[in-house]
Amino acid sequence: MSSKTGEQNQIHLAFQLSYPSREKPFDFDVNACFPNNGVTAILGESGSGKTTLLRCIAGLEKSARGHLQIGQTTWLSEQVNVPTHKREIGYVFQDARLFEHLSVRDNLAFALKRSHEKVTRAFHEEVIHALGIEGLLTRSPDKLSGGEKQRVAMARALLIKPKLLLMDEPLASLDEIRKQEILPYLSALQSISKVPIVYVSHSSDEVCKLANHLLVINNGKLATSGPINEVLSSTELPSNYVSEASTILDCHVLERKEKWQLIKVGFDHSYLWLEDKGQELGQQLKVRLLASDLSISLDPAPQSTMLNRLAGRINSIQRDSSSASVLVKIDVGNKELVARVTRKSIDDLFLMVGMPVFLQVKSVAILV
Amino acid sequence: MLSTSDIDAIVLTLKLATTVTVILLLISTPLAMWLASTRSWLKGPVSAIVALPLILPPTVLGFYLLIAMGPNGPLGEFTQSIGLGLLPFTFWGLVIASLFYSLPFVVQPIQNAIEAIGEKPLEAASTLHCSPADRFFHVILPLAKPGFITASVLGFAHTVGEFGIVLMIGGNIPQETKVVSIQIYDYVEALEYTGAHALSGIMVLFSFLVLLTLYTFQSRGKASKFSLGR
Repeated sequence: MSSKTGEQNQIHLAFQLSYPSREKPFDFDVNACFPNNGVTAILGESGSGKTTLLRCIAGLEKSARGHLQIGQTTWLSEQVNVPTHKREIGYVFQDARLFEHLSVRDNLAFALKRSHEKVTRAFHEEVIHALGIEGLLTRSPDKLSGGEKQRVAMARALLIKPKLLLMDEPLASLDEIRKQEILPYLSALQSISKVPIVYVSHSSDEVCKLANHLLVINNGKLATSGPINEVLSSTELPSNYVSEASTILDCHVLERKEKWQLIKVGFDHSYLWLEDKGQELGQQLKVRLLASDLSISLDPAPQSTMLNRLAGRINSIQRDSSSASVLVKIDVGNKELVARVTRKSIDDLFLMVGMPVFLQVKSVAILV
Repeated sequence: MLSTSDIDAIVLTLKLATTVTVILLLISTPLAMWLASTRSWLKGPVSAIVALPLILPPTVLGFYLLIAMGPNGPLGEFTQSIGLGLLPFTFWGLVIASLFYSLPFVVQPIQNAIEAIGEKPLEAASTLHCSPADRFFHVILPLAKPGFITASVLGFAHTVGEFGIVLMIGGNIPQETKVVSIQIYDYVEALEYTGAHALSGIMVLFSFLVLLTLYTFQSRGKASKFSLGR
């Protein structure tokens, strides 16, 4: 039974596509399977084919061949190719693509009129409120800032009541301040609509903040995929993303030390000190530890300015690496943390699997 | 000041121009949509044929149409076989000739407007549950509206202004083929300059107003400017 419901909640895809005529021939061949819920991120550099993958799911790449199954529904196979307008999707384009001849209100009405299922007044208002576009409704799209356009585009995509929401780097065209402004809205999207989201991005930071599941695309091929924590700590990250190897931890705020301007956050019987940014006691935090920000020491109590030290046990040491450094996985309680250290250090310290070690944490990024 | 035959000529001219414009909009819209989106090798040849009337002397076009519509021409044989008789020197013969003659003035503004829209809004519409017909009526038409207006105005005005091809295909039969430009020609030939002055003045005023409307309209909207003979 459980395997059957599991099957129903998967997205299976296999796409082949090639552009032999472009100045640089491009062969796209991606085969993947991921959950049809939560947020799945497609991470890749520009030109890797991540947008192509999203366009294939939407049916916008007319020459794509292969297979696409969303739960029980087949959108593409040898026999069928459901046209884009019959796929129950919402799509947020990188460049918003609002209809210039319609006001913001009419852009939303365009979707309402064609929605896949009836949109209740309450949902309509909730979407407008969640994206903070109440004040923009009477404006024309060319009078909106980039961030405002994206928020309207997201609202429009939600109001079509999609079964799957596809988002193509909705933040890419925005500056850093606008990005920070939109990110909370993105998290809100999922919570109000419960719609599965496939989110394309080149920024691992963005992906860490939003996604539960991750596909990494490199050169038109799937490099690796899985739950985000597994992928980011895996040794299979393509070389251009190796420096992004990291651990994501869910913590909660335990106490505040006003004297030091620090807060203590706990995860699984261990704790970290973080800068006090006014978080509340008991609040849930998601933090990211870059593998390159962790170092390994054998000395339990060195004189050091390093604030955070964690005791753990080496679980594995990466063998197959052609670079000077390798990934080492360390169990801290029930959590697995990943650190990047040089091969030389491994030899100098005689590090081996099963050894108790101390992790020193140089910095912690608070995601949410 | 205007004689009865002048009024007849003006009414006939307006009737011809309206008929031609309506038919041309119906023909040109699919043609322009195809030209705007196709990657076929036929695009070049078809565009060239559409644009031919821009550079050919009207007499050349008139000559070939006359032959085609004549008793031994393919078009003539066809119209005779379905019982319509021969088209030269009839109103409908004039309509057909004008369709060819004014085609580029209608196709090109529409094509430019549709090309300016591009694929992006159409893709967005597809992801919003919009069928191809829905896309045409609710995305392409409103966005290309300035192009359609330019096309209608130019097609109408250009049909009003034609002379050579009308003379060859239509001659000067009152109420059937004698349009304003022919009427003026007849006045001048008969040295009746008063009549020629009145009609010519009206033509200048009409043409100026048409172009004024067009340019005022275009500078207000950010519509695609009309350009011809690309």
